[in-house]
Amino acid sequence: MATTLVFVEHQDGQIKRSSQELLQIATKNNQKTLAVVFGSQAKALAPACAQNGAQEVHVVADAKLDNYNSELFLAALSAVLEKIKPQFVLASSSSTGRDLFPRLGARLGTGVVSDAIELNFDGANLKAKKPVYAGKAFAIAEFKNSSMQIVLMRANQIPLSSVTAGAGQVVEHALPAIDLKTIVQEVVKGASKKMDLTEANIVISGGRGLKEAGNFKLLNELADVLGATVGASRAVVDAGWVGHDMQVGQTGKTVAPTLYIAVGVSGAIQHLAGMSGSKVIVAINNDANAPIFQKATYGIVGDLFEILPKLTEEFRKVLGK
Amino acid sequence: MKIFVCIKQVPDTEAKIKIKSDGSGIDPAGIKWVMNPYDEIAVEEAIKLRDLNPGSQINVITAGPKERAVEALRTALAMGADEGIVVHGPDNLDAYSTAKALAEAIKKEGDAQVIFTGKLSIDTNQASVSQMIAEFLGISHATVVSKLQFAGDTVTVERDIEGGAKEKIQLKTPCLIAANKGLNMPRYASLPGIMKAKKKVIKEYEVAALGITDADRKVSYSQYSLPADKPPVKLLQGDASAQVSELIHLLRDEAKAL
Ligand SMILES: Cc1cc2nc3c(=O)[nH]c(=O)nc-3n(C[C@H](O)[C@H](O)[C@H](O)COP(=O)(O)OP(=O)(O)OC[C@H]3O[C@@H](n4cnc5c(N)ncnc54)[C@H](O)[C@@H]3O)c2cc1C
Ligand SMILES: Nc1ncnc2c1ncn2[C@@H]1O[C@H](COP(=O)(O)O)[C@@H](O)[C@H]1O
Repeated sequence: MATTLVFVEHQDGQIKRSSQELLQIATKNNQKTLAVVFGSQAKALAPACAQNGAQEVHVVADAKLDNYNSELFLAALSAVLEKIKPQFVLASSSSTGRDLFPRLGARLGTGVVSDAIELNFDGANLKAKKPVYAGKAFAIAEFKNSSMQIVLMRANQIPLSSVTAGAGQVVEHALPAIDLKTIVQEVVKGASKKMDLTEANIVISGGRGLKEAGNFKLLNELADVLGATVGASRAVVDAGWVGHDMQVGQTGKTVAPTLYIAVGVSGAIQHLAGMSGSKVIVAINNDANAPIFQKATYGIVGDLFEILPKLTEEFRKVLGK
Repeated sequence: MKIFVCIKQVPDTEAKIKIKSDGSGIDPAGIKWVMNPYDEIAVEEAIKLRDLNPGSQINVITAGPKERAVEALRTALAMGADEGIVVHGPDNLDAYSTAKALAEAIKKEGDAQVIFTGKLSIDTNQASVSQMIAEFLGISHATVVSKLQFAGDTVTVERDIEGGAKEKIQLKTPCLIAANKGLNMPRYASLPGIMKAKKKVIKEYEVAALGITDADRKVSYSQYSLPADKPPVKLLQGDASAQVSELIHLLRDEAKAL
C-alpha cells in the first residue's frame, strides 16, 4: 500500500468537489490517503476530509495561507512533504495547483504531470492519462528518476460516491518563516458568482450566431435555470462581447462538463479542442452543415432566437423553477 | 535591461493530429509548425517593455530540434526581438529537462532582468516549464498574467484565476512572467521585419553540453491514442416546440445529463 497525499482546496468553508474526487480516487485505489489543508479554516475541514477517506489530515492553520501566495504555499508544502514523504501527491489542475506544483517539482527534483483525466495506481508507479494537442489526442505519462510522483488532475472526472471514511487524525504543522519577495495585494472577485467553466457540470457556450453582445442574456437566463456556467467562442471574445476568461477552446479553457450546450457556435477545430471531452454535447445552429454537429450528441437545426426562449421556458417548468 | 522570451514551436492549431503506428508519439508528416500562441503574447510584451526602456535587449530562446525550431525564432525576430538562441535537442524532452536546459542557457547568457513565457504550450498542455525555470534560476514568478505594470524594480501583475477573479501580485525583478490571453494583441511580423530578421544572430547551445542528462527526464509519454469516435448526432425533428420537448426528454431520460 502506497501513501498518497492529496492537496485539498477549499472555498467558503467547504472542500472543493475536485479535491473530494481526489481523496476518493486515492481511497478507492487502496492508498493510505492523507490530506493536506492550508489556511485558518484548515482544522474545521478535517472531518470532511476524513469522510472522503483521509487517514490523516495535515494542516497548516495559518491565516497567511488564506489567499494563494506561491512562495508561502511552496514553503508550507515543502515542510509537510519533508516530514511525510508520500510516494504520490495528487492535486487538482486548478489555478493554484498549476502554479504551485511544477515549481515544487523543480525544487524536489521530481516530475509533475498536469491535466490528467485518469489515474492508474500500479504498485510503486502512478500512471496518468492526459489529453495532449488540446484534446486532439491522449498519452499515458509515467514517472522516471522521481522520488515522489506528482499528478494534477482535471475536475469532474469521476462521480462522487461514498467511500469508507478514514480516521482523519489531525496533524498540525507550522508555516516556516521565509523572506517574502512576492506579495499578493488583493484578490479581485469576478463578476459572476457562478462556478468556473473548468469546474462546472453544465456549460452553455455562445458564438457569433448570437449576433450581438446583449443577446448573451438569452444564455444567462437558461444558465440560471440549469445552474450552468456560460462560455463563449473566441470570435465573440475577440469582438469584445464577453471577457476572455469565458473563452472555450485551444487558446481558452478546456472544459469537460456532463452537459455542454453550444449555441450559434460553428465548431471550429480550435473550439472543439476545448470541449470535445464533454460527456453530452447539444448543438443549436441554423446551418445543418456546421462542424459542431459532428461532435454533438443531440442537434437542433434551427434559429437560436426561436429555440432558446422555448428551451428556457420548458426547463423552468420541468425543473420547477 | 536584458529581457528573455522563451518560445516554443508547436503544431498549428488547425493541424489534424495523427498517431505513429507504434503509439510513441504523433506523426509529424504534414504538420505545419508555428509559434505557441501564448508565446506570441510574451514576445509582444517584451517589445512593449523595451519601448519603455530604450537600450534594452530582447533575447528569444527556444529548446528543440534546431532544424525546425529556428523558424519560430525567426518569427519572433521578425516581430522585433533582437537576438535568437536555440538550445538544440530532441523533440520529446519533458518539462523538467526543458526548463533546466533553458535555465542553464539563460544563466550562461547572464543578467536576465525579466523573462517572459506563455502560460501553456498548446501541444503538451503542461503549464509547467515557466515555474520550473523560475525555480532553477531562483527568481520570483507569476503565471496566467493578463495585466502588468513596471515601476523601477517592482512589477505589479494581475493573474487570472477561477470564476473571472484576479489576484493582484507584486514582484521584484529579476522575475518570470507567464503571459495569458488578454495581456496584449501580438503584432504580425512586417515585411521589413522579416527582411531584418534574416540578418539577426542566432546562437546555439546543445542540451547535453548544458549538463542535462538522462536523469533529468522525469516523465515519459507513451501509448498515444486518438479520442474514440462519437456516434452520429441525433438530429431532433419537428417544429421548434417539438424539438425542445424532445431534447429535454432525451437529456433527462436517455443521457441522464440533468
Ligand atoms: C491560433 C488560433 C486559436 C484559436 N483558438 C480558439 C479558441 O480557443 N476557441 C474558439 O472558440 N475559437 C478559436 N479560434 C477561432 C476559430 O477558428 C473560429 O474562428 C471561432 O471559433 C468561430 O467562432 P464562432 O463559432 O462563434 O463563429 P462562426 O464560425 O462565425 O459561427 C457562427 C455560427 O452561428 C450560426 N448561426 C448564425 N445565426 C444563427 C441563428 N440565428 N441561429 C442558430 N445559429 C446561428 C452559424 O450557422 C455559424 O455556424 C482560434 C483560431 C486560431 C487561428
Ligand atoms: N521547448 C521550449 N522552448 C522554449 N520555451 C518553452 C519550451 N517549452 C515550454 N516553453 C515555455 O514555457 C511555456 C509553458 O510551456 P508548458 O509548460 O510546456 O505548457 C511556453 O509558453 C513557453 O514560453
